[in-house]
Amino acid sequence: MITQAILARLDLRGRLFLGAILAALILVPVLNLIVPAGSPLHVPTWLVSLLGKYLCYAILALALDLVWGYCGILSLGHGAFFALGGYAMGMYLMRQIGTRGVYGHPVLPDFMVFLNWKELPWFWYGFDMFPFALLMVFLAPGILAFVFGWFAFRSRVTGVYLSIITQALTYALMLAFFRNDMGFGGNNGLTDFKDIVGFPVQAQGTRVALFALTLIALAGSYILARAIVTSKAGKVLVAIRDAESRTRFLGFRVERYKLFVFTLSAMMAGLAGALYVPQVGIINPSEFAPGNSIEVVIWVAVGGRGTLVGAAIGAILVNFAKTTFTTGALAPYWLFALGALFVLTTLYMPKGVIGTYAEWREKRREKASLAAHAASKPAE
Amino acid sequence: MNLPVTSFLLYLDGVSVAFDGFRAINSLALTILPGEMRAIIGPNGAGKTTMMDIITGKTKPDTGDVLFNGSVDLTRLDEAAIANLGIGRKFQKPTVFEMHTVEDNLRLALKADRRVFRTLFWKDNESEREKINRILATIRLEHLREASAANLSHGQKQWLEIGMLLAQDPKLLLVDEPVAGMTDAETEATAHLLKEIAKDHSVIVVEHDMAFVRELGVKVTVLHEGSVLAEGPLDTVSADPRVIEVYLGR
Repeated sequence: MITQAILARLDLRGRLFLGAILAALILVPVLNLIVPAGSPLHVPTWLVSLLGKYLCYAILALALDLVWGYCGILSLGHGAFFALGGYAMGMYLMRQIGTRGVYGHPVLPDFMVFLNWKELPWFWYGFDMFPFALLMVFLAPGILAFVFGWFAFRSRVTGVYLSIITQALTYALMLAFFRNDMGFGGNNGLTDFKDIVGFPVQAQGTRVALFALTLIALAGSYILARAIVTSKAGKVLVAIRDAESRTRFLGFRVERYKLFVFTLSAMMAGLAGALYVPQVGIINPSEFAPGNSIEVVIWVAVGGRGTLVGAAIGAILVNFAKTTFTTGALAPYWLFALGALFVLTTLYMPKGVIGTYAEWREKRREKASLAAHAASKPAE
Repeated sequence: MNLPVTSFLLYLDGVSVAFDGFRAINSLALTILPGEMRAIIGPNGAGKTTMMDIITGKTKPDTGDVLFNGSVDLTRLDEAAIANLGIGRKFQKPTVFEMHTVEDNLRLALKADRRVFRTLFWKDNESEREKINRILATIRLEHLREASAANLSHGQKQWLEIGMLLAQDPKLLLVDEPVAGMTDAETEATAHLLKEIAKDHSVIVVEHDMAFVRELGVKVTVLHEGSVLAEGPLDTVSADPRVIEVYLGR
């Protein structure tokens, strides 16, 4: 029943996408856990975690595409929501270390002992419980996005101005989190994680499980986003993107639609951050860096804005390129390459990889049908 | 809500608004009866569009009363609230949702619960489809139902926008230059369409095209420099020496 309802809302592209996720969900664990290490088909555990990291970025890109591609809100601060979700998870992981820290304090994380703090700050309470931390993964970015959006959208801040204040938001958070007094570990951030819900974070099995969970989260986020954009509310979002004041004169409260989609997108970004932290093993204030948020925009643009699947694919492609680039001799030139990629995409593939491919296929089909038409006509 | 102050559907009195010292609207008074159709004419810069902006909540007047339905103060409401009260607006430049199909444009405009979650869980239903079919027939775009609005001709876009107004089913329609850029045949069809609509709606039409206004055959208000210069049947108004001076004097 539910599967049918989901499938009914998907186009071919969406089905292929979910099919690929399902294939990876089976193949990667098998190739890692069952295929022996000596085999050329074996997927090493570090690669599983690297792929998992790409998938987290894909969820983040999906979240951005939902607000930018469909509602025209160019957020240059989505990295902040990602990082907040990551910090919520990091705080949970810190509390799980217990007496195994360098200082062996049963309650206080190492950095607090180092700073000579005597007791746990109030905002660290509850983070020893996984359900509470999970709630915070969604609530922390969600509440920030709601409050920020409430003021920004009600005051009708749009376009470039909105983009700039989202940059300011993430920059301000970065500066705040860099301070030791904030109580989030200062510039070292949170790291040295040991356990997650009782399983050792570094263990092969845990890594594969985290990878699988990230895949499932990506599929879930995609289905949710797709359900929204294909609903009537999704059509209102596109209407707002293309003719905001017209939508208002039709009686839609534009600011509420924006607030809804922005908050939801922020929570999606938070989930991505929460899955990212245990897989990379660290969260620090540099995740709030304005540049990070801008990179997300590039992923979405390269993949194809307003396509959802394109955003996810763009994130994976660009990050794969980044890994390849920055591990070789070309490492110092990565930022130039990224910039060039963005410029070239904007100039020659404004619809991104996915949009351009769809256009190319459409043209080929038209040509084929024309040819078939010509062939079926008898010679006169 | 306050007791009705007037029996007019729309009541403007002493309305003024200035932009950077320029008085776009200058103690304007205008009343529309329920069910009335009114044509508003005036040279460029007479304040026609600003007047529409004030009625629909886009611009707040500096002074004056704007009452709808006898008691609702429109100056305190925003665009969405005013639209939901039952005031629909067609813009001078046709603005439809280009990325959506003709049908979806009408569906978005259709009178319905506009709240986010209601819209999110909205389901296709027979009565809505019937309404959309009826409107498509009225605006003669049945064959283009699935077409993207971006691919419509100028005249078709104007009609689609009028169709969207019909879908909103407002008590009062504000129509800004509906025949600008239309061919003679399209203009005639539009006049016919508007007369049809005026049978069960109140309509304000702003237009430059005198032939079109004559075709409508309704009471005319002449605006000049932000206030009413003359009011009455077109023939009376166009014989008024002040009106002739305004239109021909420059």
